[in-house]
Amino acid sequence: MMALGPIGFTAPWLLVALAALPVLWVLLRAVPPAPIRRKFPGVALLLGLTDKDSQSDRTPWWLLLLRLLAMAALIIGFAGPVLNPQAARDGHGDLLIAVDGTWAGAARWSQQMTRVDTLLSEAAVADRRVAVVVLSDLPTGDLPFAAPNDWQNRLPNLAPRPWQPTAPADYFADQSGAFETYWLSDGIDYAGRDALLAQFETRGAVTVFQTPQQTFGLRPAKFEDGQVILSATRTPSGTAFEAQITATGRDPAGVERALAAVPISFAAGAAEAQTAMVLPPELRNRITRFSIDGLRSAGAVSLTDDALKRREVALIAQGDAREGLELLSPLYYLQEALEPTADLIDGTLADILLANPDVIILADVATLSAPETESLQEWVTNGGMLLRFAGPRLAASDLGRITQDPLLPVRLRSGGRTVGGAMSWGAPKSLAPFDADSPFFGLPVPDDVTVTSQVMAQPDPTLAARVIAQLADGTPLVTRNRMGDGQIVLFHVTANAQWSTLPLSGLFVQMLERLAVSTRPAMPDAAELTGTTWLPHQVLDAYGQLDDARTLPGVAGELIATASPGPELQPGLYAGADRQLAVNVISADSVLAPASWPARIAVEGMTALRETALKGWLLAAATLLLMIDVIASLAVGGRLRGPRADVAALLALMLLAAPDAQADDAFALRATSDVVLGHVITGNASVDETASAGLLGLSQALYRRTSIEPSAPLAVNLETDELAFFPFLYWPITADQPLPSQAAYAKLNRYLRSGGMIMFDTRDADTARFGSGSPEGRKLQAIARSLDIPALEPVPSDHVLTRTFYLLQDFPGRYASRDVWVEAAPIGAVQAEGMPFRNLNDGVTPVIIGGNNWAAAWAVTANGAPMLPVGRGQSGERQREIAFRFGINVIMHVLTGNYKSDQVHVPDLLDRLGQ
Amino acid sequence: MTAPLSLRAEAHSLSAPLPALLAEAEHLATTVLLGDHGRRRAGTGDTFWQYRPAQPTDAARSIDWRRSARSDANFVQDKEWQIAQSILLWVDQAASMQFQSGDLPSKGARARVLGLATAILLNRGGERVGLTGLRLPPRRGDAQITQMAHILSEQADVDYGAPEVQGMLPHSRALFISDFLGDIAPVEDALLRAADRGVRGALLQILDPQEEEFPFDGRTVFTSMTGALEHETMKAGDLKARYLDRLAARKDRLMQLARTTGWQFSTHHTGKPAIAALLWLYSALERRT
Repeated sequence: MMALGPIGFTAPWLLVALAALPVLWVLLRAVPPAPIRRKFPGVALLLGLTDKDSQSDRTPWWLLLLRLLAMAALIIGFAGPVLNPQAARDGHGDLLIAVDGTWAGAARWSQQMTRVDTLLSEAAVADRRVAVVVLSDLPTGDLPFAAPNDWQNRLPNLAPRPWQPTAPADYFADQSGAFETYWLSDGIDYAGRDALLAQFETRGAVTVFQTPQQTFGLRPAKFEDGQVILSATRTPSGTAFEAQITATGRDPAGVERALAAVPISFAAGAAEAQTAMVLPPELRNRITRFSIDGLRSAGAVSLTDDALKRREVALIAQGDAREGLELLSPLYYLQEALEPTADLIDGTLADILLANPDVIILADVATLSAPETESLQEWVTNGGMLLRFAGPRLAASDLGRITQDPLLPVRLRSGGRTVGGAMSWGAPKSLAPFDADSPFFGLPVPDDVTVTSQVMAQPDPTLAARVIAQLADGTPLVTRNRMGDGQIVLFHVTANAQWSTLPLSGLFVQMLERLAVSTRPAMPDAAELTGTTWLPHQVLDAYGQLDDARTLPGVAGELIATASPGPELQPGLYAGADRQLAVNVISADSVLAPASWPARIAVEGMTALRETALKGWLLAAATLLLMIDVIASLAVGGRLRGPRADVAALLALMLLAAPDAQADDAFALRATSDVVLGHVITGNASVDETASAGLLGLSQALYRRTSIEPSAPLAVNLETDELAFFPFLYWPITADQPLPSQAAYAKLNRYLRSGGMIMFDTRDADTARFGSGSPEGRKLQAIARSLDIPALEPVPSDHVLTRTFYLLQDFPGRYASRDVWVEAAPIGAVQAEGMPFRNLNDGVTPVIIGGNNWAAAWAVTANGAPMLPVGRGQSGERQREIAFRFGINVIMHVLTGNYKSDQVHVPDLLDRLGQ
Repeated sequence: MTAPLSLRAEAHSLSAPLPALLAEAEHLATTVLLGDHGRRRAGTGDTFWQYRPAQPTDAARSIDWRRSARSDANFVQDKEWQIAQSILLWVDQAASMQFQSGDLPSKGARARVLGLATAILLNRGGERVGLTGLRLPPRRGDAQITQMAHILSEQADVDYGAPEVQGMLPHSRALFISDFLGDIAPVEDALLRAADRGVRGALLQILDPQEEEFPFDGRTVFTSMTGALEHETMKAGDLKARYLDRLAARKDRLMQLARTTGWQFSTHHTGKPAIAALLWLYSALERRT
């Protein structure tokens, strides 16, 4: 093989033929094109005319060039050109192919596998044993050396892992034997990489394959000052870069979707970038993860846990217009305690319940209206938490005295008690330590928390189970009752410092936190995690996709405390007793460093250039050039013009097949040059014929009797024809007609909405009533199911159809059923005093549905005689006449709209004119 | 010797285009309103033409007393001049007339239709029509038209036709329809001889649009319709200007000939509707010099 730059030739000697091209040039130039013989009477006038140029008409230079190019393409094509001819990689002995296989290389995993495949093919040629090892997922036991072909079959089983290799050098230190190493690096530095390199170098030569590239990582989101702070990091190189971070979560319908997006931009050379996202709490609490758009890597995904969720807390105090002292406000301490960690909502109870908050705090609220109580109860049952504080009002009210109030956890004794005050015996009471089953268990009880007043719980058998905090003397301080999915908690003291010093202490905040009223700090410390077990809920794979992980074993809290993902701690969401923790690939202080290699290590690019045989392309190009030459030669020889130009034109037409819209135009012209009635083609020849004849008869009657002068009716194909041209469509229903297509339905609905009218005729009024299950009726139901048809009613006696032209009360066709349905009148229509008609709907009914087979009554033959008999004798003819009158009324109704309906206003208008 | 059966078949195929030709010619002729026809002058005849005041030169017996009695002046009743004229047609039937381009009719077909339509019109106007030569002397009547159609359906083997002047009556009228692309001398000769006999008439040159435009290029061998004449050129495009010059010269020559002999000359292209040519023919034959 001979190589010319990136192109090699399998048969380079053929290229010598290129030298013959100039000779070909001269030869081609010397031969003129063959003459055409033409019959031409004018030849008599030509006799004696000589060509000015005695030389033959030479082939133009560009045609010659075209032919030479074609020849050159042929010659070069047969010389077997190959793009990127591969030189075989030599080597011997065992070969280790080590792949980093971290999340950083996940996006290019297939590329890496292609490269490994190529390396394996080369190893197969060199007959070497190969072991392929993914460093982030080390095998157990010896290095799995095997034949390259085996490994090629096993390649699809390898996958990258969403963590960095952990102590890989140790594994290789245990292995024996010498091997050459090909190391496919992801380009990211990690702990133990240098040691691993040293280990490999003791075993043999090392070649590194690495594509210079940038790796991005998204750090966990933080909540600060009402906004979500997002920061991203990258390997510190490169120019300014703009990316987009998408927040994903479930929408109210439970469908996972992108909830918000924010751009983030790296300055040139900067390794970090930060952006902030301001979101309404409703939306923010729904976010489950952030991700950098367009990056398929676990590092570009950051899962969120409870740290980002902030509870919505509604605060309600008994409203009084009096301007009170700020520090005495029952809500002041609650606001101070909750503001940093929760979102507070103000408003009336009715409004707040619509917002569905997590917690509603009622501070000394005694009276609630019955509907409010009811809706609060429903909200609690559905998982809400109602937190109540006592106070003077609650103590003074009769709430929960006789029976237990549904919104109080316990029954209360009237009055409450005061201890340690100026007018009472005893000292203020302090708190007792919390029981083990109390949610407050473990909280230290400060000595300075004292209670001077409280409301008392009525002792009853259930009281003991409901107390979750009590005073030193055993009286309940906090009681709780579960109700459905939610709970009701009552602090027997005020929310301000009036009755106790509890709100002034740190214990108050911790108690609120334990009650899950406020949000906890993000990450529990190691001490808190010790001894706990966390169940994986969802885990990330290296590509940043979340997988269900309920089958994985639980993880010890100590491991989570290290926050370094590995085979034992997969990145993902872990669920504990009452909260979730996220373990992310990138932690808040992760730094991405590029992998650097000593100069002695050979580093190759990752892209394996594939051999590409160019022979086929060149031969195709030559053929194409020769085809162009055919046309060009014809053009030069004058054969593209003149008498045989039609052939060339035909060829050109075949190339550019022009669609003809002639038929459409003719149809549109016929339909629009006059008023034209249309009937829908059913596919049943006799029905279609009757419909056509019927509309012809109706058109003639209109022409004779009214100022409407329609042309001959048209048959309308719903699938292909435009409907907008027709004011009125007659649609006979047959039991076996096909349903219209989706496109036809769209057209029909557009037609109905834009003022068209369709008259459905089931033609079965002789045997069936409206709505009964005749085959046509069922077919009509099937057809109309997808149509935009309003509510219907039988034609009322004052419908405008009864008086648009003739005064009618019956609407017979060939059959005389009274079941004719039109759009229902608006509900509010009433008959005004002294008016003959109600002021009915302001529009034209879009449909008329009946089964009287009107077309058959209207139908006339070509010479104008009735086509089908109607009824018997004279009364039959009378029925036909009424049928015609009905048809005329319908068309009048379609064309004049509510004009006749408006006539009811005429007396009014005349009255006004008179004044 | 020709077998009778094959003779009959040949005769059938020969006469096959005849009804179509007649029909087409009739159709064309009906487009000309006959109201335009008539001698339009006083002369001997049966039909009333006009009343005119009597001149002193008028004989007393020519005065129309019935009209004169209604006024003070005397009036003479003129009759419309009705005299039959002989018109002789020559329609070129040579091979060159078979040329046609694209969907257009051949020049020969157009020439026959025009000739026959003219004959039908003239026949209706009361003139006697015939063909030059001795085969169809001028006569009146539909039978004459049918016979003329028969003769016009024939075709000649020669490349270019020359008008016949035999059988031309003195002071009659004549119509020559041809492409006049062949030798001009016989045409010149015929026209001069006709003029000698006091025959006036019209020359209609029928050309195909291709002959008028010469849209050829490249190396070409041009042959006449029978193949007897041949001309080879390397660059047909180069010849265009000179060909058009020659064609213009030919038309000029014909125009000049017509002027000197008192004939009318016009060119008709098969790409144009035939009715225009028919109207021109009709008025040209009407014209008096």
